[in-house]
Amino acid sequence: MTTATPPKPALRRFVENLRDAPRRVRDSALRSGKANTDRTRSTFVFDNVFLHVHPVRTHRWSLRWSSTWGLGIASLAAFGVTLVTGVLLMFYYKPHPSAAYDSIKDIVYVVPTGRFIRNIHRWAANVMVVTVLLHMARVFFTASYRAPREFNWLTGMALLAVTLGLSFTGYLLPWDQLAYWAITIGANIAQSPREVTDALGVTPSFDPGGLQKFLLLGSDVVGEEALIRFYLLHVMILPMALAALLAVHFWRIRKDGGLARPADVDQRVIDDTEATYPVFTQAPRKTYQIAALVRGRTAAVGRAPENTLPSMPHLFYAELAAAMLTVAVCVGLALLSDAPLKELANPAVPENPAKAPWYFLGLQELVSYSAFMGGIGIPAIVMVGLSLIPYLDRETAGTGEWFGGPGGGRVVAQAALVGLGAALAVEIFAIRFGWLREWIPDVAQLWITLFNPGTVLAAIYAAYSVWLVRRYDSTRTGALGLFTCFLCGFVLLTVVGTHFRGPNWHFYWSPADWPAH
Amino acid sequence: MNDAPQSPPSRLDPEAIPRRDFLGRSALWSTAATLAFAAIGMARLPRAAVVSSPSRKFRVRIPETLPDGEPFLPSGRSVALFRDSQGVWAVSLVCTHLGCIVKAQQRGFECPCHGSRFTSSGVVEKGPAPAPLVWHKVTFEGDECIVDEDARVPAGTKVRA
Repeated sequence: MTTATPPKPALRRFVENLRDAPRRVRDSALRSGKANTDRTRSTFVFDNVFLHVHPVRTHRWSLRWSSTWGLGIASLAAFGVTLVTGVLLMFYYKPHPSAAYDSIKDIVYVVPTGRFIRNIHRWAANVMVVTVLLHMARVFFTASYRAPREFNWLTGMALLAVTLGLSFTGYLLPWDQLAYWAITIGANIAQSPREVTDALGVTPSFDPGGLQKFLLLGSDVVGEEALIRFYLLHVMILPMALAALLAVHFWRIRKDGGLARPADVDQRVIDDTEATYPVFTQAPRKTYQIAALVRGRTAAVGRAPENTLPSMPHLFYAELAAAMLTVAVCVGLALLSDAPLKELANPAVPENPAKAPWYFLGLQELVSYSAFMGGIGIPAIVMVGLSLIPYLDRETAGTGEWFGGPGGGRVVAQAALVGLGAALAVEIFAIRFGWLREWIPDVAQLWITLFNPGTVLAAIYAAYSVWLVRRYDSTRTGALGLFTCFLCGFVLLTVVGTHFRGPNWHFYWSPADWPAH
Repeated sequence: MNDAPQSPPSRLDPEAIPRRDFLGRSALWSTAATLAFAAIGMARLPRAAVVSSPSRKFRVRIPETLPDGEPFLPSGRSVALFRDSQGVWAVSLVCTHLGCIVKAQQRGFECPCHGSRFTSSGVVEKGPAPAPLVWHKVTFEGDECIVDEDARVPAGTKVRA
């Protein structure tokens, strides 16, 4: 042993430690250092609580833009934007009928940047609905819901429902005419099972509709109880539900083996590693062996790391790009267009026309034939049908490919025509010739509930899809047809409800033709 | 009960329900029972015993000049009052479809939200409304009417002073 150097004086050590403190804080927080080798790129992912839900390496197929169009990340980014702007709005918003409208006016006209923040909040909520729907369409059309990803399709359905719930509850908060009458209509849709229980004469003993409306409004009318309930749902219950479901959704993506890929994907993707590293240091090639500790379909068991790239930077930069693009779109729209604010809510005079948010206008179009079928019956059938898809389609052909499955893109194109055509025909017929009540004035309501343009359209779509299943001998083809039909029907009805319906829900070629009132 | 001399129970003897299982099950079921009771309690909370909405009874004087079959619309109320030789009656203006306030037209009422049309006695002529407009209870007090928007009467009930 050499002679020990005399220890430095404690004060000297203290000063040196103080000088080193910033570096040590940084090193203790970010342990892995620069992500420039395979090792540090890996630690960059799994040493970080926010990133470690990602795999260390990502398959090339998953990194192609056309695999996902970044729609899941876009939805998450839009949610993040609504979360931040929503919290900012909560600084000034007061959830009471006597103050709510004025506080929104303060946000718009008095609070610095208030109008801009509100616009972003409103646009991000709209963008989120669009990206969530497109994300669902992407997952469906690439048949990515198949085993082992069935359950994640279900959590996705729940996320869609919560997203729409968030939008709907946010609609009431400004307490203007638009809000008041949209929520009156919404609450009465919740009550519409009475259409059936009244017809059967059991409402006094069995009234699920009345109970639903009462739970939603906390009263018989849209008033202060309703406002505080919608506020609570909007800022607390639904966001927490969304966050919990998101955690499951993301974790499941990882546990189900990342994004769905075609079975023969490794033969299709050419390994052009050299070309993909232009700006980042080439990492030393390594062979991987994952310990066989884990059972089941985890990310890399039984698979070699060929055709994968480090998630840092390839996946994260792509995700960042998708998120930034979403934020840019929200901000851009917020600069171009102001969120509406009508007159103070007036319970005596409805808005004419009283329109729900645009993504509910397809339903409002159906509701204008039968409240129960349009507002509850058909949406419930669609939600149950969508949820069952992965359990009914147990085929394997076409997984991970756009419009994969027997018939493929041709069936989708044909179904789009059928879906649009049928919806257009039913709408034109109903607008031109009216419906049962006009032909037989004293027809029983139950007949209208069972037989109205909405149910006729759903029946046409179902019949067409059954025909497809038999024609192609494939459940997947039937599902492709049905999903495409409903998507096209939804779009067409939404366009009709948004653009072609005016005062008294009459048909107009353009809002410019609306009579002045 | 057993004829063989009973040795004191040993921890090594098999038990009917092993002790650890018993403790584990007690913990599980007591947690489940607690959550169930909590859930029942919370489910009761959103239904208040008293609803905060105000009484919707009001007093109104129908103008002498009101012609037969013409609606009289008291301001701020969603009721139309009519008078003819048989008496006075009140028809609710709340659409039975989705709760919008219908507008009085030349003949009958029309709903601005989804286009339901009603005759002046509230019968559905057109549109999605599933039921006729409600008739409200009217009572006379001197020459004034008291209309109760919370009480419904069978359609066709007309009252005289």
